[in-house]
Amino acid sequence: MPELLQFLLSGITVGAVYALVALGFTIIYNASDVVNFAQGEFVMLGGMITFFAHAAGLPLPLAALIAIIVTAAIGVALNKLAIEPARGAPVVSLIIITIGASIFIRGATQLVFDKQLHRFPAFSGDQPILIGGATILPQSLWVIAGALAVFICLWLFFTRTLIGRAVLATANNRVAAQLVGINTNYVMTLSFAMSAAIGALAGVLVTPITLTGYDVGLALALKGFAAAMLGGMGNPKGALVGGLLLGVLEAMTAGYVSSQYKDAAAFVVILAVLFAMPQGLFGRKSTDRV
Amino acid sequence: MKFALTTTALALILAAPALADIKIGATISETGPASFLGDPEAKTLKLLVEEINAAGGVNGEKLELVIYDDGGDPNKARTFATRLVEDDEVVAVIGGTTTGTSMAIIPVFEDAEVPFISLAGAIEIIDPVKPYTFKTPHTDRMACAKIFEDMKKNAITKIGMISGSDGFGASMHKQCLSIVGDYGIEVLADETYGPTDADMTPQLTNIKGKEGIQAVLNPGFGQGPAIVTRNYAQLAVGLPLYQSHGVASDGFIELAGAEAAEGVRLPGTALLVAKLLPESDPQRAVVTAYKDAYEKATGKPVSTFGGYAHDALRILVDAITRAGSAEPSDIRDAIEATKGLVGTTGTVTMTAEDHLGLDLSAFRMLQIEKGGWKIVE
Repeated sequence: MPELLQFLLSGITVGAVYALVALGFTIIYNASDVVNFAQGEFVMLGGMITFFAHAAGLPLPLAALIAIIVTAAIGVALNKLAIEPARGAPVVSLIIITIGASIFIRGATQLVFDKQLHRFPAFSGDQPILIGGATILPQSLWVIAGALAVFICLWLFFTRTLIGRAVLATANNRVAAQLVGINTNYVMTLSFAMSAAIGALAGVLVTPITLTGYDVGLALALKGFAAAMLGGMGNPKGALVGGLLLGVLEAMTAGYVSSQYKDAAAFVVILAVLFAMPQGLFGRKSTDRV
Repeated sequence: MKFALTTTALALILAAPALADIKIGATISETGPASFLGDPEAKTLKLLVEEINAAGGVNGEKLELVIYDDGGDPNKARTFATRLVEDDEVVAVIGGTTTGTSMAIIPVFEDAEVPFISLAGAIEIIDPVKPYTFKTPHTDRMACAKIFEDMKKNAITKIGMISGSDGFGASMHKQCLSIVGDYGIEVLADETYGPTDADMTPQLTNIKGKEGIQAVLNPGFGQGPAIVTRNYAQLAVGLPLYQSHGVASDGFIELAGAEAAEGVRLPGTALLVAKLLPESDPQRAVVTAYKDAYEKATGKPVSTFGGYAHDALRILVDAITRAGSAEPSDIRDAIEATKGLVGTTGTVTMTAEDHLGLDLSAFRMLQIEKGGWKIVE
């Protein structure tokens, strides 16, 4: 039994990482139907900037704050310099622009920082917490708490605030949203800032576990994207559940079947779910009102 | 006046070939996924060529280094290799940061009959022996042998393995399994993980649960081994943990954390423990000189990979000096006759059958203690 518990705890740790990354996809997707493939780079920037600010002598919380603010600014710059000028372009073109942006950010990080792997200390030490014969690191609890907090904030944002509804309206029909007085440019800028900030927060929280380096973004984004698709793109609840499910699935396969087939098993399940429910577990139905 | 200028210009152009430098080429992965290997390699080559030229060059002639960045892409490496041979007309080439790029460019140099010294690990590069191809890093199989020797010395006969599924991990895993029987060691558990995985506790839980395992070996590279080491401490497995030469760097201790890495054993090169070598060690002077020069010039800690480039250039310069000629075929013959050349990875003695020239003594068995290294032999 302790094995099962250990696999579960491992799955939740990894799943919370995926969920945090997946949550970052939701806002930009909700505002523009664009899947932002530079989301992984935001996560990487969060970790890298925190590490170098911390190494320069700043206390960890301040370094993390700087990383989140700088990354949010980079998100805004990405929107202003690359997405906004291509406003009229189809969604696919915008997605390709984000892929280009991710390659650019990765290259720039290599030059500005370095090409090594880095880690900064866990927030509450490395002493594992014992639960019924299995162990979990305190940092995993931070990641889980972070994912839950971001989820709750996003859920409140989209359902309880005017600006959150304006974001959804912009995605639904940009012209109509403008007609009722929504500043859609502002909404897009805001959504990029928020997505980048959430990505950076994810980077800050997961780096003590996953380590960081200029090229970790791609792998994280891929798993986060898979989690978001599984749960339903654009739905914060989907991102959270999808991430945790993917993590637990991987851990169980690695533990009980074979570590060789870990990724394959997870993706087979995702394919099966998407066959039955093309919108993901909690995705909105794409019905057009005529 | 005009005539005078023209003649001066003409004289300069004509004079140029008389100052013929010895042109050597390099194609290195300075950027891209293998950049943390290629970056120190390129820096080392540039630094040493400058140093050698400042000291008067080789046989009275200056070295000229033509260096290309292949970004870890075998196709690009091949293009650059062809360019080095056909356009730049170099007399020898150092490079091929990864096994992939090395294997792609070997045929170019074999056809052109230009000596080539690879900086990549795989045994396939020099086995079977190709006349113009050499390499400096020890092979994965040698690392496995060194680790198994140490296990045998400690009466360990049953082990678990957890390997990365990336190129390095998979290759070393294969090499280790092919020789493990020779040491009377049995592999009871054989797990893998992906190169970007964030948690390996399920695999380690299974290894921990297997009856009779006495030690765990983790062939891997990059972040994987650091995470394995952290998870190993988290689960309190309590058995000796062996890492590979792929993570033999100070960066590994930093990544894994001194506490989690305590007691980890791995085969490393003399370069890593330059300050710990006894005065009598023949490698001490060489590695200390390189380490000091590199760290002074770049401000960054020296790495094993830069050491591979250091050795390749030393072997080449030694061969050109002994050959007394810069003809590719003479250089080739001289490289093959390299004898007792002390480098950072070991003492190199090549033969017609051995284009690597290192033995197991090139590796030092190291143990991490209180965030530092200790030689255990």
